[in-house]
Amino acid sequence: MAAAILRRLNPTTATRVAPLLPLARAASDSTSPLTIETSLPFFPHNVDPPSRTVATTPAELLATFRTMALMRRAEIAADSLYKAKLIRGFCHLYDGQEAVAVGMEAAITRRDAIITAYRDHCLYLARGGSLVAAFAELMGRVDGCSRGKGGSMHFYKKDAGFFGGHGIVGAQVPLGCGLAFAQRYRKEGTVTFDLYGDGAANQGQLFEALNMAALWKLPVILVCENNHYGMGTAEWRASKSAAYYTRGDYVPGLKVDGMDFLAVKQACKFAKEHVLENGPIILEMDTYRYHGHSMSDPGSTYRTRDEIAGIRQERDPIERVRKLILAHDLATAQELKDMEKEIRKEVDTAIAKAKESPMPDESELFKNVYVNDCGLESFGVDRKVVRTVLP
Amino acid sequence: MAAAAASLHATAAVSKSRSAAIPQVATSVRVAAASRGPGSARARGGLVVARAAAVKDEAADTNSGGHEVLMFEALREAMIEEMTLDPTVCMIGEDVGDYGGSYKVSKGLSEMFGDLRVLDTPIAENSFTGMGVGAAMKGLRPVVEGMNMGFLLLAYNQISNNCGMLHYTSGGQFKIPIVIRGPGGVGRQLGAEHSQRLESYFQSIPGLQMVACSTPYNAKGLLKAAIRSENPVVVFEHVLLYNMKEKIPDEDYICCLEEAEMVRPGSQVTILTYSRMRYHVMQAVKTLVNKGYDPEVIDIRSLKPFDLHTIGNSVKKTHRVLIVEECMRTGGIGASLRSAIIDNFWDELDAPPMCLSSQDVPTPYAAPLEDATVVQPPQIVAAIEEICR
Repeated sequence: MAAAILRRLNPTTATRVAPLLPLARAASDSTSPLTIETSLPFFPHNVDPPSRTVATTPAELLATFRTMALMRRAEIAADSLYKAKLIRGFCHLYDGQEAVAVGMEAAITRRDAIITAYRDHCLYLARGGSLVAAFAELMGRVDGCSRGKGGSMHFYKKDAGFFGGHGIVGAQVPLGCGLAFAQRYRKEGTVTFDLYGDGAANQGQLFEALNMAALWKLPVILVCENNHYGMGTAEWRASKSAAYYTRGDYVPGLKVDGMDFLAVKQACKFAKEHVLENGPIILEMDTYRYHGHSMSDPGSTYRTRDEIAGIRQERDPIERVRKLILAHDLATAQELKDMEKEIRKEVDTAIAKAKESPMPDESELFKNVYVNDCGLESFGVDRKVVRTVLP
Repeated sequence: MAAAAASLHATAAVSKSRSAAIPQVATSVRVAAASRGPGSARARGGLVVARAAAVKDEAADTNSGGHEVLMFEALREAMIEEMTLDPTVCMIGEDVGDYGGSYKVSKGLSEMFGDLRVLDTPIAENSFTGMGVGAAMKGLRPVVEGMNMGFLLLAYNQISNNCGMLHYTSGGQFKIPIVIRGPGGVGRQLGAEHSQRLESYFQSIPGLQMVACSTPYNAKGLLKAAIRSENPVVVFEHVLLYNMKEKIPDEDYICCLEEAEMVRPGSQVTILTYSRMRYHVMQAVKTLVNKGYDPEVIDIRSLKPFDLHTIGNSVKKTHRVLIVEECMRTGGIGASLRSAIIDNFWDELDAPPMCLSSQDVPTPYAAPLEDATVVQPPQIVAAIEEICR
């Protein structure tokens, strides 16, 4: 019914074929500036917060919608693949948290580094990772981004400054400070975004690393993706102080509405400028995950379905951007729906392609244990299979 | 300070020293030098390393000059040379900078290279080791010092999961050219917690390489090779060996990381050892030679992987093996080595391979008890007599 009305009102869509461009409107490519206020303020700790007025463009908003919808669709598809036993082991899904990945990416360049823990699929995609490589890796195929040898928790993309992908909670935080150390050492003028969760916020190595980063003014931004649950433990049960943005004490911090793409983008932009001058800062992204901790966790034993539904209703990052786009008349609801349909197809195609990729050959087992030095491959203490090329 | 990666490798210093190599050294000891330069194997991600079969006596005999150093000075020379050659080499550890290193290995380095390249850290092994790994992922070549190897137990997660495994789990995208070094082993009444042998714990970590140095010559050579290696290498030094004196060549040389060192050729029985136990073995050998035995002594040097090429050739010659190590009996390097020898050279053996290890006890403080913890020369003599019966 609505579609019929739209057809009558808008003759250009009457004879609709699958569009080559996602949207027909001229405004969709527009880079004319748009300023929007974030719905929540930033809460600062020992720092002056950035302005709530964020500069963006119609093109950026539409691209953001597209990327977040793609991520959402990809994670839901991963859920189905897991239930179909094509993905095994651990699978930690990011749906609900898309705004953090996309907002961060919008504020930085590929020369800046990002490192995160195991909820890494969408960060990988945001850094330019291929959907096919992502699904292939999840299914353990040789065309995966880590040749099938890493799995869900070990996505990396070196050429885009994405340093993974780490399974042990909190262990990536010192690594991120090391990345920042190298950036400072080489005077690159770039920064590292070092992501961790509210669960990892109590790790000792985080505070050790923060101390060193502050001592040596390393250009690192510690980003706490606070989804309020460390697996089954709510933040108030794990942390004496759940104000993670203040936990740095002498290190300044900012609490950000992590479901608001524009707030995240503003905060990350602000943080990047700040750390290049002043050393580390903590960004706490107030976000939420719809899925449980991983596919093994239903996610409903420690929180109510009402809570999950409520967040989805009030704070969903994709819906927020959709409302912005519609309010500013940058696209029609139908166009956005069509975009989502096309995204669904894109994801399905990628999965189909990933399924075609073979499992790694057994010879792959011993590759990349060591970097080949002087042609010597060693497989363990007794070097049972040895190929030496002596100069 | 280095700008971005354009010319990180200097060619001048090494080629000059290679052409200056004195012939007497070159004939009996193949002195190794890595080739450098933009077109080099190094820049392409491989490293061409000619083997140096380090024969201790011959190195000392050269008339080419050479200079006498103590072990810690040899290590320091290695650090200075590598840090001069390659601006991405840096040092990270406690008291390595201003203090000069608790064993003086980095004395004067922070004046030479600045306090960013010789970084004094707070006492936070877990995270500064992790930082070293992160820096290595991003293209630096850090040398992380554990003031005592035992403290690196705190960094075990970083060493195992991130250092050892990242190259594999990233499908080969990231390499971790880090060196982790420090003194370990039983000292003089340092107490249980400061007398640990971490090679037992690290040996199972896939992707890690481990070497143990025992003389100033191999200490300098192995540390230089470790720094130049694209793999993560743990270099085990020993608290009691830092004042060992030896004459080492003046020119640039490195030792092959995967090679064992023939200390004393022989024909009757193979003794495999490493680090400080080499000296206990050589002391026992004096007694054994007087008693008419002819043992072959090999310092295995490479703890992971084992140099089964050299070891195998020796076993094929002598048919009897004794391993003398400082690790504890349970799960030590000796246990793995014995297993590897049995798997590979069973047909060559005329006697069960014996392994003398330290006792499975925390190292006691009292001197006689501490002596009883580790293998002593009389026990080695007795073991050889037993094997050769």
